[in-house]
Order: sequence, then structure tokens, then C-alpha cells
Amino acid sequence: MKKSVFLGTLSLTALAAGFASAATLDDVKARGTLNCGVSTGVNGFSAPDSNGVWQGFDVAICRAVAAAVLGDPMKVNFITTTGQTRFSALASGEIDILARNTTWTFSRDADLKFTFAGVNYYDGQGFMVNKALGVSSAKELDGATVCIQTGTTTELNLADYFKANNMKYEPVPIETNAEAQQQYLAGACDVYTTDASGLAATRATFADAENHIVLPEIISKEPLGPLVRQGDEQWSDIARWTLNALIAAEEYGVTSANIEELAKSTENPEIKRLLGTEGELGKMLGLDNDWAVRAIKAGGNYGEIFASNIGEATPIGLARGLNAQWTQGGLLYAPPFR
Amino acid sequence: MATMPDVRKDGFRLSMLIYDTRYRSITLQVIFLGIFVIAAWWLIHNTVENLRALGKDFSFGFLTVRSGYDINQRLIEYSSDSTHARAFLVGLLNTLLVAFLACISATVVGVLAGVLRLSKNWLVARLMTVYVEAFRNIPLLIWILLIFAIMTESMPAPSAFRGENATSSMMLFDSIAVTNRGVYVPEPLFSRSLGNLDLGIFLVSLDLLAIVAVILGSVLANRKLLKTAERIQNDTGVRPVTWWKSILIFLAPLVVLKFALGFHLGLPELRGFNFADGTFLRNSLIALWFALTVYTGAFIAETVRAGIMAVSHGQTEAAAALGLRPGRIMSLVVLPQALRVIIPPMISQYLNITKNTSLALAVGYMDIRSTLGGITINQTGRELEGMLLMMLTYLVISLLISMAMNVYNASVKLKER
Repeated sequence: MKKSVFLGTLSLTALAAGFASAATLDDVKARGTLNCGVSTGVNGFSAPDSNGVWQGFDVAICRAVAAAVLGDPMKVNFITTTGQTRFSALASGEIDILARNTTWTFSRDADLKFTFAGVNYYDGQGFMVNKALGVSSAKELDGATVCIQTGTTTELNLADYFKANNMKYEPVPIETNAEAQQQYLAGACDVYTTDASGLAATRATFADAENHIVLPEIISKEPLGPLVRQGDEQWSDIARWTLNALIAAEEYGVTSANIEELAKSTENPEIKRLLGTEGELGKMLGLDNDWAVRAIKAGGNYGEIFASNIGEATPIGLARGLNAQWTQGGLLYAPPFR
Repeated sequence: MATMPDVRKDGFRLSMLIYDTRYRSITLQVIFLGIFVIAAWWLIHNTVENLRALGKDFSFGFLTVRSGYDINQRLIEYSSDSTHARAFLVGLLNTLLVAFLACISATVVGVLAGVLRLSKNWLVARLMTVYVEAFRNIPLLIWILLIFAIMTESMPAPSAFRGENATSSMMLFDSIAVTNRGVYVPEPLFSRSLGNLDLGIFLVSLDLLAIVAVILGSVLANRKLLKTAERIQNDTGVRPVTWWKSILIFLAPLVVLKFALGFHLGLPELRGFNFADGTFLRNSLIALWFALTVYTGAFIAETVRAGIMAVSHGQTEAAAALGLRPGRIMSLVVLPQALRVIIPPMISQYLNITKNTSLALAVGYMDIRSTLGGITINQTGRELEGMLLMMLTYLVISLLISMAMNVYNASVKLKER
């Protein structure tokens, strides 16, 4: 009897040891789809369209990574996460990459054990109010009721801002953007605060968008970007350089339209290395040499993705601002491909 | 074993562990204990290993760190400079508050509905049947969301109360304002307040303590009065009139205390974006409280009905034959016996209410699940520690409720001598 119990213990130990996780890249390839964590629906950033296909600025990052790794931008399994569930989902391995307008902060990087692949949108926290309130500055919001998505950096910024300006407020914690929108429109809160891009995206869906204004104060730095688990350097490199490839492509004038032609004809060695016609950059990531070509073809370069999802021609109508290339006075700056 | 004559001398063989009924049960228990220990060990081992693989340690140190977030409903002093531990405490008090309110109101609603469902009035009995069946067969979460949505969507915004031609007005002599953010009611104020008692962790209002002490004193005095009345009744057969003495015992000390403390009401008043002063009952609290009340009330109604029906009809008839009036029959004969059946399932209902308060999340009520289990976990990334602490907290609360109710149950159950 004792012997068999002992053997059972041994076999169970062996089972437990076998649980040590394999590399994310191998997991994704074996699975054939990329599990990508997105928001529960922020128009322009990540929301399903009328055909149920996910579209948006954050979604495009997932599609580019899927194209680079799996060769098909549609092989993405989108998993919706709220502000509260997103980090647990990533840490537990439920998702491979989180592209959900998440702010890059010190503690998320160092303490929560994540690696940010870079910044795909430089944002800041703003306030939206109904024009009927007659408020023109955030400094006039003393005593206001503020709708806020719980579990976000905005929650902490808000507390700091009102404290620094010696104002009081009544926070109404809310789980998702859709709920916040409903509460705000019902007048259950005077102010809705989140990242300025999110405010613009939310306002664009209002029937009476012209009656709402985003106040001029931007009270925080919110560098938003995709993130992965810490400890798998190969996978974080893939995410980081896929994003960089999209940014670099815009800088070098590589678009989804001219990429085939450029790949054959270009004499620019930087573009050649990016598109894999020269050098072995793809191999270094554990991918093939066409990875960047596929990533860029998935939704275009950074500029194209921006313009088609949240740019000035869309209902959301965001200007490039800080998110222009460094050559255009913005902050986008991809390290060299060599 | 030596006392058993039929045991053979040649002793113990290994196969007897399975084929001998004397040993088999022990063998099986040992096997299952072994499996259980291995499973538990594997679970813990796996967790520790995976935490190490993620580079995370296991520590409750985050509780002493500045929280950085604000909480709208706080029963004790709290700001974004307070620690996560204090945020946890604020959440805990909010949980206990709504659980306490809901337990009381659900009991009142449940007992009323349960008794009325047995009413001889056809309409009343049927109405109560509809209430019970409608509320206990629809998930609690939906009731919470529905009440919250009704409050938010159909009530006027505070701005509707403003200006010359306001579209809404306050009720009851301008003392209560019902808005889409919640209900503002007058708050009790004391011009000659006794101040606060500093317990180290939080302040306790001495005024509140004084009121509780006076009411407690009145209850004790009233009990003594009733005991005396009972003794006189037993001795002489005539029960002295006590009702006006009872009223006096309850009212007089409170009136004296009211003047001693300088009690007055602070009315809510529209200032800036919202009403100021007064006590603010947020929509989230109202929705949660109301939904828990009507939902659990439906279950309690059934428990009460079962308890009353469990008392043999002969008891009622016997009491009637002795000349007791229906009200007396209920309070002296039926209910004391019914309570024995009612109390045990009632414990479960109170536990359900306490645990169901964690649905507060759906409407943004800042209970322990929203503070510790929500924002704190999210800002610090301590899921495991936070969840364990939260589970432990609910466990302790539930066990305390269980204990208190079991003590009460022991006091009303049939005394067998």
C-alpha cells in the first residue's frame, strides 16, 4: 500500500514538473492563433464592426503581430478585458499580448512583471463635460460628480489632481467605457474622465456630440502601448519590433500599397533590411525574413493605421499631435533596423 | 482483539486490509486522506512554483503602502493618502453596512410577506404569491441592475432642482431630494455634541454611543416592567395595564437626550454641482440594499410560511378554545413554536445576504470586493494575496453571523429536560 502511494506521489511530482511553461512564440505557433487582449469596446481603438470583425487602432497591432508570426492577420482570437481583468488575464497566460490602451508606468513594468513593447499612442488624461454646465476649465470642477473607469491610472491621476488643486469630487466607479457613457449621458455624473483619445472616441458615438466639450486641461502623461509578460525576451522582442517596423515603415514611406514594389526595387539599405531583402533580421527574432512585410501589409504602416481608425477623416477625428513622426515634430522614433 | 474469540491466531495478512471488513474502512480512509493530502500539496506546490517562475513573491506588505485612490462612500476618515489597509477597512465597513441594512429590511419584508401569504383574504394571499415567485425566480444581479437603471435613468439630475423655474422640487418640506445620483436625506446634527471617541483605528461618535446606550437601557427597563406584569398576572390572574408605561420608558429618555445633545436636522441644500449637507444615499447603495431586501425577503417569506404551517393546527384551535384572541394566538402560541423551524434556514439567508453584497461590483458600490478586491489588487498586482485576504474576511464575517444566530437558535429551541 505504502509503496503505491509513494509511486503515485512520484508520478504527480513528474506531472507538476511538466507544467513549466514553454516559450510564448512556440505556444502561439502550435495553437495557430494569437490570443490578444482588447477592451470591451472603445470605438476606433478596439470594437467589432457591423460584421463582427474587430477593428481599431489597438486591434491593428494584434493583427500585425499575428501576420508577422503566423502569416495571417486574421488569425487572432480577441479576448475582451476590463480595466480590472486585463493584468490577471495577461499574467495567467490567457492572452499572449495586451493591446488595450494601457498606460506604461514604472510599477506595471517593474512590479506587475510586464514588458511594454513600446508606445503606440502618446495620450493624456482629460475631462469631458456637457456644455450646459457652463464649465470651461477643469479648475472649476470643485464638487462635481466624476465618472471614472475603475482599476486605471486615471483613477490615481484624478485623486492627485483634485487634491493638488484643493478641490472635492464624488467619484463614481464604473467598469467599462460603455457603462460610463450611459451614466454620463443620463446625467448621473457631471464629468467623464479618461484618456483624451478615449474621450474623443466616446464623444464621436454621441447623438449630440456638439453639446459636449473636452476641457483644455490634460492632467497626466499617458503613454499607451501593447504589453507582454516579462521573462520571455523573444516574444517581447517580436512585439516591440513589430510596432517599430510599423513606425519605421511610415518614416521611410513604405505603405501597404507600395510595399511589394519597394521590396523588389528599393536601393535604400535600411528599407531593404526592414523588408528582409538584405540581412537576417527576421531570423534573429525567430521568424522568417518576410515578417515585417506581412506585418505592414496587414493594416498598413503606422500612419495608415492611424488615419483609417482614429485620424481626422474618421468620426473620432484625432490630430496626430504628439503621435507624429519625430521628423514632423512628434515623438514617434523607431530605433534603427540593423 | 484478544477479547474476540473468533480471531485466528495466525495473525495479520496484507490481503486482510481489503477483504476483512474490520480493516477495510480504515484502509479506504487512509487512501482518501493520502489522495487529499497529495492534491492539496500539489496545488500549493504548483502555485509556489508558478509564482517563482513569474518572479513574484508572496507578501502582504502592499497593505501599508499609500493607496492613491478615492472612495466615495466612507464611514470612517479616508483620503487618497491613506493606506491600502485603510481602504480595505473602508470597504469592509461598507460591506457590513449594506449587509446589516439588508438583513433587517429583508427580515421585515419576509416575515410580513410570509404571514400575509397565509392570509384568508384571497387577494392579499395571491399578491404575496406573485411577489415571492417573481422575486426569487429572477437572478439577484438583474434586480440590482434594474433598480440601479431605474434610479439613474428616470430620476431628475440635480440641475433640474436649480433656478427660478426648476422642473423638480424636493419632497417633505424641502427635506428630501431624490436625484439620479441618489437620495439626499436630512442628517442628524448635535449642537452640544459629546465629540468623538478615538479608538486608534477610527473615531466613534459618542452621540451615537449615548443613543444606543439609552435605547438599550429602555429595553432592559421595559423587560423588567413586563416581567413584573407577568408575575402579578400569575399571582392574581389580572394583568396590569403596561402599554403606556412602555411608551413612556422608551420615549422619555430619548426626548431628554435629544434636548441634552441639542439635536437638529441638517437639510440637504443645492450648492454647485450637487446637493451639499444632509446624508447622501448613493444610487449604488439604494439599488443594492433594495434588491437584496426584496430578493432575500422572498426566500424568508417562504421560510416563515413553512415555519408557521409546521405548527399543528390543533395548537391554534386549542389556544382559541382557551379564549385567546387571534393576535395573541400568533404571538404567544404559534410564533414561538414556528421560530424553532424558522431560525436555522434564516441563518443561511443572512449568510447569503452578506455574501451577495459582493455583487456591489455591478453598480460600483465601494464594498470590500471593489476596494481591496478591485482597485487595490489592480493597482498593486497582488491578486493572490488580495483574494486570500478577501476570502478570509468573508469567512470570518459569515462564521460570526452563524455563531450569533446559533446562540439565538439555542435560546429558542425546544428545551428538553
